[in-house]
Amino acid sequence: MDGTAPKSSLAPLLLPATGLRFENIDKRYGRLFALRGVTLEISAGECVALAGRNGSGKTTLLRIASRLVRPSAGTLSFPDAAASSAVRPGYVGHTTMVYDELTAEENLALFAHLQHVEQPAARAESLLREVGLYDRRGSLVRTFSRGMRQRIAIARALLHRPSILLLDEPATGLDPLGFAWLVRSLRDLSASGCTIVMSLHGESEISSIATRAVRLDAGKVVEDSKSGASLHSILTFEAA
Amino acid sequence: MSLFSNTTVLLGKELRTEFRSRELLTTTAVFILVVLIMFSFAISPTAEESRAFGPGLLWLAILFAASLMLQPCFLREQTNDTLSSLRLAVSDPFAIFLAKLAANTFFLLLTELLMLPLFAVFYNIPVWPQLHYLLLVLFLGSLGVSTAGTALSAISAQARMRELLLPLLLLPILTPVLVVSAIVTVKLLDRDPAIEWKGIGFLAVFDIVFLTALWLFGEYLLEE
Repeated sequence: MDGTAPKSSLAPLLLPATGLRFENIDKRYGRLFALRGVTLEISAGECVALAGRNGSGKTTLLRIASRLVRPSAGTLSFPDAAASSAVRPGYVGHTTMVYDELTAEENLALFAHLQHVEQPAARAESLLREVGLYDRRGSLVRTFSRGMRQRIAIARALLHRPSILLLDEPATGLDPLGFAWLVRSLRDLSASGCTIVMSLHGESEISSIATRAVRLDAGKVVEDSKSGASLHSILTFEAA
Repeated sequence: MSLFSNTTVLLGKELRTEFRSRELLTTTAVFILVVLIMFSFAISPTAEESRAFGPGLLWLAILFAASLMLQPCFLREQTNDTLSSLRLAVSDPFAIFLAKLAANTFFLLLTELLMLPLFAVFYNIPVWPQLHYLLLVLFLGSLGVSTAGTALSAISAQARMRELLLPLLLLPILTPVLVVSAIVTVKLLDRDPAIEWKGIGFLAVFDIVFLTALWLFGEYLLEE
């Protein structure tokens, strides 16, 4: 693993969890339906694994949950929050979502300032230590390996202590040590009550953290472990 | 308050990344320099011809330099999907536009200020006596170019033929600003200088209208 091996837990830094509810969500891109009538309620503190083939709608659902994408129809709400507009989920996408031309420290400080995090420099420093990039804090992100980039991406998503964490294939590009760190961190976050929704491909150690699995196909929810289907069968469906 | 602080932070980021790479400044400065030198030799101007054609050529050079500068403005936010992380981080997306257009205006003005002495030398036009008014016209004109250009850059960055789309959208919309800027500059640099207040007023109104439109509808331009 590159950089310093991350050790400590990210969990104690988070706010109380919030659930989320998708009601009859449609998303169309021109004539193409990315999502069709998705209704899904995720309780506060649940860790949900979204499974499904490429193009099944997992990324679109996560981007709608993050409010980066507006649904064509239907509503997204956060039932436990006093005001839905105040909920700002942490989102880790396919790309790093940080600037290659800035250092790791500059990136985290930038986003901490933008989100009005208290003591942004200290928060950035603390997260850099958490994800094991403190020794490389002054290096430009463009010089980072894929695994290090993924860690800075996760650190950025956690800056404002989100009550909901959305992860789109979070293990992509991580080496075994990085993968182990991710599993440990997600386990800690989940144990602390953070609501986690993550898209996964197949069953792995990460899926063992999931308390619920939902399978999407052609933009529809086709299986949900909450309705009786086995979590294992949902996550291994693709491989079968 | 949040809008102001977010804009300041984002402007700092824009300036830091640009001064680190000097990508845009170098390209635009070299471009304006080449255009000014090329035309100064091609026309071989006497003092009178310079006063008539020089300001027009100056604004033409500024337009093309601006289109070079504006093209990557939102495009480079797509490399790592940083536009999404900005949208998630700021409470008012107008801060993203304000920071970008402030940075674009600043870079454009900086390039113009560097080129102004060369323009005076190559075209044999004394700019010093009317410098304060000239700076006002350059500021208002550049702000108009940046405001409209930043909005159009956000639109074109999401389109399929983005490299083609920006100049196609930009040129017709900026024509009034460039024509008025050139007319005001010609009058200012005349042997018998005059201040075209109507023109300056038009530039100010153009800037205010585009800024207001950006403030009202900017959020929709950033949506996927």
